[in-house]
Amino acid sequence: MNNIELIFPEIFISLSIMFLLILGVFKKDSSKIIHNISLLVLLITAVITFNEILSINPTTLFNESIIIDYLSSFMKIITLLAAFVVLLISSNYLRTFKIFKIEYPILILSSVLGMMIMISSNDLIVFYMGLELQSLALYVLATFNRDQLKSSEAGLKYFVLSALSSGLLLYGCSLIYGFTGSTNFNVISTQFNTNEYVITFGIVFILVGLAFKISAVPFHMWAPDVYEGSPTSVTLFFTMVPKIAALTVFIRFLYVPFLNLIDQWQMILVFLSIASMLFGAIAAIGQKNLKRLIAYSSISHIGYALAGLATGSNEGIQSSVIYMTIYIIMNLGFFSCLLMMRRNNIYYEQIDDLSGLSKNHPLLSISLLIILFSLAGIPPLAGFFAKFYIFKSVIEQSMYFLAIVGLLSTVVAAFYYLRIIKIMYFDEEKDSYDKDHNLWLKLSLTVSTILILMYFIFPSELIDVVSKINII
Amino acid sequence: MNFPILSSLILLPSIGALFLFFTKSKGENKITAKYVALFTSLVNFFLSIYLWFLFDQTTSTFQFVEDRIWIKGLINYKVGVDGISILFIILTTFITPLCIISVNNSVTKRLNEFLIAILVMETFMIGVFCSLDLVVFYLFFEAGLIPMFLIIGIWGGARRVYSAFKFFLFTLLGSVLMLVAIISIYWITGTTDVVQLYELGIDTKYQNLLWLAFFSSFAVKTPMWPVHTWLPDAHVEAPTAGSVLLAAILLKMAGYGFIRFSLGLFPSASEVFTPLIYTLSVIAIIFTSLIALMQEDMKKLIAYSSVAHMGFVTLGIFTIQQQGIEGSIIQMISHGLVSAALFLCVGVVYDRMHSRLIATYGGIVNVIPKYAILFMVFTLAALGLPGTSGFVGEFLILMAAFKDNFLVAVLASLGVIIGAAYMLWLYKRVIFGKLINSELKKMIDLNKSEAFTLTCLAIPTLYFGFYPEPLINTIEVSIRDLIDTYNFSVASKQ
Repeated sequence: MNNIELIFPEIFISLSIMFLLILGVFKKDSSKIIHNISLLVLLITAVITFNEILSINPTTLFNESIIIDYLSSFMKIITLLAAFVVLLISSNYLRTFKIFKIEYPILILSSVLGMMIMISSNDLIVFYMGLELQSLALYVLATFNRDQLKSSEAGLKYFVLSALSSGLLLYGCSLIYGFTGSTNFNVISTQFNTNEYVITFGIVFILVGLAFKISAVPFHMWAPDVYEGSPTSVTLFFTMVPKIAALTVFIRFLYVPFLNLIDQWQMILVFLSIASMLFGAIAAIGQKNLKRLIAYSSISHIGYALAGLATGSNEGIQSSVIYMTIYIIMNLGFFSCLLMMRRNNIYYEQIDDLSGLSKNHPLLSISLLIILFSLAGIPPLAGFFAKFYIFKSVIEQSMYFLAIVGLLSTVVAAFYYLRIIKIMYFDEEKDSYDKDHNLWLKLSLTVSTILILMYFIFPSELIDVVSKINII
Repeated sequence: MNFPILSSLILLPSIGALFLFFTKSKGENKITAKYVALFTSLVNFFLSIYLWFLFDQTTSTFQFVEDRIWIKGLINYKVGVDGISILFIILTTFITPLCIISVNNSVTKRLNEFLIAILVMETFMIGVFCSLDLVVFYLFFEAGLIPMFLIIGIWGGARRVYSAFKFFLFTLLGSVLMLVAIISIYWITGTTDVVQLYELGIDTKYQNLLWLAFFSSFAVKTPMWPVHTWLPDAHVEAPTAGSVLLAAILLKMAGYGFIRFSLGLFPSASEVFTPLIYTLSVIAIIFTSLIALMQEDMKKLIAYSSVAHMGFVTLGIFTIQQQGIEGSIIQMISHGLVSAALFLCVGVVYDRMHSRLIATYGGIVNVIPKYAILFMVFTLAALGLPGTSGFVGEFLILMAAFKDNFLVAVLASLGVIIGAAYMLWLYKRVIFGKLINSELKKMIDLNKSEAFTLTCLAIPTLYFGFYPEPLINTIEVSIRDLIDTYNFSVASKQ
């Protein structure tokens, strides 16, 4: 078999998962070791994938059902690194809740494996398998703190709604298979007849399923509850990693087989994008819980990423990828702050708990200030550039309405970010939080803040990397 | 490559701020922090004076240009000055140290962070006036919101939260449309470099919409009637130094933007929309002057008078004549000095009596005579008495307006009269009259630093009132060139 070495990362992760499971069963108190080994596995996989990125020529494997190209390698590296950081900074949190167990890193690894398969998929069945693998791991992760009612509720809600959306997705797949006779993206693109409207039905069903996974409005209902109920470290994982994978599938699915049908799906994406941007911004205003707030904020950020995809151009895809990359950095910073809000082994997650943070924790609050202004998209921070690239690609396609609505919703969104800043800086202080934080937590906060703050000095680097993504 | 003087001007305050960030401010160190900030801003001031000294007044091309690749194939970091922008840079570097000196009494908590905010603000403000690329301009223009939001919100008065939010959201809402316009310009012409855009010109069919998008941003920032409502709130709640920065420099960004971008990039649209600007300016002048007449809060009164004065500025700019634009720039510089001084004057009595209400005061001329004299100088400058810088600007603007549109000029002149009324009435009620409130007798006259800052502001106000030549010489050639280009493109359209 040719080119088998290209899926070494996936093979390596699968073998590691099995090995770690066995290790967990036979060795007592092995959670710490497994945690560390998992970190190592993620890092090694990222390195192997990074080596792949050097051979840019797109290659397909297994009867063209898996594709390895620049996009897939880039997204995999982002996924792996994000998962790595999540695992790195969550240990203290898990210990506090006494859920520092062997299953946690293994579940994360298996969901990452699922995502890597999704990212590489060039076939509806492979894509569905990857999706289910990651989803099943995520259901369990959501309920990981099983002694808490909210966590169980989150997992159950996520499971029921996600299963529903998977059903819709499968139905779409079967429609497409029925009318093209193949599940392979490349074959589909040559087989279908543009006048066949049933294909459009199939696309719509699949888009609905995918929109659910990235929590785009109107398929976002689960997100706030699940994000709030899940353990914070899992919420962090939810807000970033599955979205990268789902977004890659979005790109691959829309641009490889169905680029000719852009008139059909562009409207859908524009609607999803506008609805997400506006709804996310407006609904976040009334929130009191930081995790719920960040759920709505992530809905609106996904709206911007979708705006880039809606353009139907390479620049649009690139701007979406840049947006997601910067969003992940901002999100990591935000959650690092959230994980630092601990006093006597209790984690606080209401917005009011941030009251007067600037007096007791000046450094923490200035980092959070920078991250929040960046999330709001105020220059010269990284978040502004992310939005700038998106709107540049949108306006290049003369989609002015989308651009103006998007920019106006940034103003609405600015309000709730400002509200957090107001509470941190203008309100009276409360008791201070513990200061004995994990070194990695501090490091991830510092690094993400510096990246956000200093992005304007080296804006070309990220563009250079991303501009090699070439789908059309 | 020569010494990058403009980038140094932009970066220096931020470096000072970074330095402050790593020093502690407790007890003794408070004074050190202030000296560090003062030193940084003074170095910047002398650097900008040196820049003025080197500046060649005989040409309208941009000088000290630095052009570097910033985002490859997309945006260049390009800065440079011409006669129009250099005065604003000097105004900025001149006002900032005075602000820092004045923080003595008004800011009691978190001094270090306050100084950092002011220095960062200075970076952004100088950046706005230097930038020759639309995206770079937008970056600095918007970034200024962050420190100002914090200055109002953390160190402001009782309703600070409301005012800070109103300030932030109003200006952000105005500017996002400008961002759409900037990206559209990039899409239409393939560049955001202002110098290149001046040469290329923008197709007239796009100009009107683009002009409106820029207008939405500048109108909020100027502020023009009816979107001026954030200004009184922001001024009233901001600490003295914040008000000074806001009135003296932030408002000038929009006036500068009108000249540099609205006139320069969209000449035919500017011609189309001149009646709109005239109308809004005249309404601003008369309406807000009348409102100012009724104010009981000193800061609010001065804030409304700012709106009226900026009404003159926009009126002058869109007469599109040599005197009009010259007058507008001088009016902006003069307003920068005078309104800064007036806010400092209010700050002086506020620090002593903790009241901004006019009714609290009265008859303090004998208690604090030095203050009374300086306050008078600025009151008279604000109403445009001949011999003060306020007169030169208003006179030139009205002269140009009379040439262009008699009715508008008459109405605007009416505003001058109301302006005189509210300023003199303010002065009368605060300084003269019977001393009823016995608390006032305990007031202490200006201390050294207050006297110093106010005198520093009084000298240029009077000097440029009698002898505006240095200002006019600096801006003359650039404006003539701007008007020539404007006339040429309007004529070529017809």
